[in-house]
Amino acid sequence: MSSLSELYQNVILEHNRSPRNYRVMEDADRKADGHNPLCGDQLTVWVRMDGEVIGDVSFKGAGCAISKASASLMTGVVKGKTRAEAEALFERFHRLVTGTLPPGESETLGKLAVFSGVSEFPIRVKCASLSWHTLKAALEDAQAVERSGSQS
Amino acid sequence: MTATAATVPALDVERLREDFPILSERVRGKPLVYLDNAATSQKPRPVIEAVTRFYSSENANIHRGVHFLSERATLAYDAVRERVARFLNASSAREIVFTRGTTEAINLVAQSWGRSALRAGDEILITGMEHHSNIVPWQLLAAATGAIVRAVPITDAGELDLEAFDRLLTERTKLLAVVHLSNALGTINPVREMVARARERGVVTLVDGAQSAPHLPVDVQAIGCDFYAFSGHKVFGPTGIGALYGRSALLERMPPWQGGGDMIETVTLERTTFAAPPARFEAGTPMIAEVIGLGAALEYVESVGRTALGTWEEELLTYATERVSELAGVRIIGTARGKASVLSFVVEGVHPHDVGAVLDDEGIAIRAGHHCAQPVMQRFGIPATVRASFAFYNTREEIDALVRGLRRVRTLFA
Repeated sequence: MSSLSELYQNVILEHNRSPRNYRVMEDADRKADGHNPLCGDQLTVWVRMDGEVIGDVSFKGAGCAISKASASLMTGVVKGKTRAEAEALFERFHRLVTGTLPPGESETLGKLAVFSGVSEFPIRVKCASLSWHTLKAALEDAQAVERSGSQS
Repeated sequence: MTATAATVPALDVERLREDFPILSERVRGKPLVYLDNAATSQKPRPVIEAVTRFYSSENANIHRGVHFLSERATLAYDAVRERVARFLNASSAREIVFTRGTTEAINLVAQSWGRSALRAGDEILITGMEHHSNIVPWQLLAAATGAIVRAVPITDAGELDLEAFDRLLTERTKLLAVVHLSNALGTINPVREMVARARERGVVTLVDGAQSAPHLPVDVQAIGCDFYAFSGHKVFGPTGIGALYGRSALLERMPPWQGGGDMIETVTLERTTFAAPPARFEAGTPMIAEVIGLGAALEYVESVGRTALGTWEEELLTYATERVSELAGVRIIGTARGKASVLSFVVEGVHPHDVGAVLDDEGIAIRAGHHCAQPVMQRFGIPATVRASFAFYNTREEIDALVRGLRRVRTLFA
């Protein structure tokens, strides 16, 4: 009971019900598709850069509560960050969900700390990190919009 | 399932459960409720003991040594081939090839029969209900030969569209590969009728029996198919062992697909002549302990009684279907007239993985996902389903636990 309620914290359930920035972004300049072949989940992340920083970010897709809430919270925290800052944040988030973040450091992740319960469920690490991997792919490739458009 | 059901003595499920050590395990502090039998079945003591006994006191390689243990292992191994032949009602043990499982059996047919028999433009007819293991080997074969893969569509109820099947069966069709019992929907397909129509046109037929071998009586001669494949681990035996039934006339003409020891007649450095089937298709030291375990599993199933277990499983599926249908916001995927073992469904607004996580917290093992049948998910416009799949050792109380778990899902994600 306790580990399940650690996993499905209220903030996660709420973001699953009403995901933020859940939309297609018409004026995106970067985009990437993410797939979890184990479960068939897929999502798309759109990014519009504002100079060096992420000006806007949105997502759409089908996935479990963990993957949807993670994508939703991610779009909130990376806005205004540079690519390097967003990747550093992903690094720490990944350590949080895999249970390798030193104790006491989860507070530094702010809202993202609600995903600490994922570390008790190793198979759900992929769900929590799918949107982050997809964001990283989008940021790495300025041509992503054209390319993923022609692939699908 | 059969008209004689009423005359079959009821199973003593509580006693049979004692044969399965894992069923008394606790998971997350709760008694294990194992409803993931379509993924793999649990193992009764006779199977576990047969494998342990083999390694403890009987282990030797087969078809090689002249020593006591090797001779005994060879006899035991060959006796299981006879048992598999009886289990499927094949006319001879020479028609049984041991493989790693259903997947390898289908790949064997694709690589050996397929590569020698198919030409560019020939058609391979599968269905929209197939497991990836009965799709991908044919796509690989098509890519290698220029053959074309076509698929019989599924109706909204999750049955094969037999009118479309008749249209798709043409003079270009060279192979029909169809699943007997769908792992994603639970549909029992009319394989006998389909095989008959295909054979009238001289089409070679393969039936994927991964799910039917554990749950339905199987008679390959009555079905009339040329090939039938199944896996030991789904029929209460070990992993890593399965079998391919192949009609003798076809096996005789098929070339080897893997080379090595045990599949040859004579070898020189220049050329090799090959052994007759089934040895021709069993290169190298086989999975001897697993074969012994499979033999014990089939013996166990027969001692329980295949008709009796089928009758009880049918009762369980009917009960589960009724109870789960009563729940608000639950939609059953796969409502065919003939079904066995599998209940696939979606819970409105809740992803199957989240359903699975909540049920897991209650000690209930189900499968959440696409069940290696992504085209089925695409057909129904869903990414995944929750699948409960039953075996004869399941009980009504376990289905009640599933229903309680689903109520908790609805509360948590309301």
